[in-house]
Amino acid sequence: MARKPTAQPPETAGASPASAARRKFLNGIAAAAGGGVLLTAASWLAVRPASANPALALRPPGALGEAAFLSACVRCGLCVRDCPYDTLKLAPQGDGVAPGTPFFTARDVPCEMCDDIPCVKACPTGALNPKLTDIQQAEMGLAVLSDHESCLNFLGLRCDVCYRVCPVIDKAITLEKLHNPRSDRHALLLPTVHSEHCTGCGKCEKACVLPEAAIKVMPVKLARGALPEHYRKGWEEKEKHGGSLIGEQLELPVRGLEDKAYGDVRVAAPPLDAPSAPSGMNSRWQP
Amino acid sequence: MNAPASVSRGAGKGWLAAHRWLILRRLSQLTVLALFVSGPWFGLWIAKGNLASSLTLGVLPLTDPYLFLQSLAAGFLPGASALLGAAIVVAFYAAFGGRLYCAWVCPVNPLTDAAAWLRRRLGLKSGRAPAAATRYWVLAGSLLAAALSGTLVWEWVNPVSIVQRSLIFGLSGSLAVVLALFAYDLLVASRGWCGHLCPMGAFYGLLGQASLVRVSAAARGRCDDCLDCFAVCPEPQVIRPALKRAGQDSPLILDRDCTACGRCIDVCDKDVFRFTHRFDQRSDS
Repeated sequence: MARKPTAQPPETAGASPASAARRKFLNGIAAAAGGGVLLTAASWLAVRPASANPALALRPPGALGEAAFLSACVRCGLCVRDCPYDTLKLAPQGDGVAPGTPFFTARDVPCEMCDDIPCVKACPTGALNPKLTDIQQAEMGLAVLSDHESCLNFLGLRCDVCYRVCPVIDKAITLEKLHNPRSDRHALLLPTVHSEHCTGCGKCEKACVLPEAAIKVMPVKLARGALPEHYRKGWEEKEKHGGSLIGEQLELPVRGLEDKAYGDVRVAAPPLDAPSAPSGMNSRWQP
Repeated sequence: MNAPASVSRGAGKGWLAAHRWLILRRLSQLTVLALFVSGPWFGLWIAKGNLASSLTLGVLPLTDPYLFLQSLAAGFLPGASALLGAAIVVAFYAAFGGRLYCAWVCPVNPLTDAAAWLRRRLGLKSGRAPAAATRYWVLAGSLLAAALSGTLVWEWVNPVSIVQRSLIFGLSGSLAVVLALFAYDLLVASRGWCGHLCPMGAFYGLLGQASLVRVSAAARGRCDDCLDCFAVCPEPQVIRPALKRAGQDSPLILDRDCTACGRCIDVCDKDVFRFTHRFDQRSDS
């Protein structure tokens, strides 16, 4: 500190030998230092488990990565005050989220993705990055269809609610048509999230009709996997290159099925409504 | 302090005169909170945010410099608005009095004042207070912890932040913090939190070392050694040099720990103390 800590009361210095006074002074310093270090160390230990785990709460648009965010956010709540939909809340004590930091729970109130992003404008420190000016570029989280067993579309129904409410419909969520092998004559339209376009606003999770949402928005770090860096997708490389990189492939029939449309790729498939198609069994579904 | 708990404190000059600065201080503390909650409660937006950082009437940014410093220590340079806000706050407290924050703004002060009052009333002598310099070590430790961990570690546990934020934003879960603080000050250490541990108070004290607003024991010749001021002062060690000329001739209380709360002025029957500025060396003895 700039100055010596508060001077010892003169009566102790005067009444006792100098060495005793010095010892008392040093003891005082040691006690203060020990207490201070103990207090801060204890608080740090208390914090570590909370900051080590990725927070399950979703951060406002433009929030820096969790580690940087926790060094930048002063917990003032200005973003909360300027959120016109009361989406954002400040975390209370002992809730898993760093206390006093802003978050939202998609299932309660999702982000309405305001065009002018008032929460980012309100942030005095830059914990919500002012460079975010297009809300479509926000990465508050990533929607994950986490429960394939309960999702009504996976069961073969046409719920589609998550797809319909998505503000980035047909980009962030698409319906992928697949054969329904259970009935063998219907389609499954599977809601599929595309991380490139999903902003993590949470409208899908909010709108999911199930008692417990089958699609949930999670922090990106928790939701996303990653391919090894050296992986290349053949079909993308092929398109970039303007053709196969390894030349035309030799195509051979399956042994014993030569000249049959379902075994020999050299034979053109008969039209779908061909009367010869076995009824009810072969819907020509290809995985 | 071992002063006997006086029941006739300031009785000589009437209740109102003996509580003038206390009432003004409580009004100031309430006003600060009211400016923040009038928006969410009544739709009358004056100050937005909380004491960590705020925007008043849409134009005046204020940021707590201690939080700003923690953020810097954690390796983040806060943006222009926070920088300007912190500069304004630093300028104000450096000029007028660092620990004016503690006595006139901080919402923890009424809590620890209440604990101290109850402790005096009950005559409790239990526990042991840590060294008063511990707060500087906590201050240094909180900044070091921020630097080492890259996050605002202290803000997880900072009771001052927790209490003011909970009051302004109506957050639950901080009652435990309030009770712990109260119990600590009541049972373990007299003036334990504000007077010995709080790094925020230490920070503002350092900030206001050369500030203008001072209490002066201008009429120290009238002192009859009743010890009422020592009993009521949250930082009793600051009074002695000015009142008893211990190591200084000036009647001004110049110690950075003085919170300029004015309780000594209130309780003194002989009107020894008064508020003045740091260049006022007038003294009756």
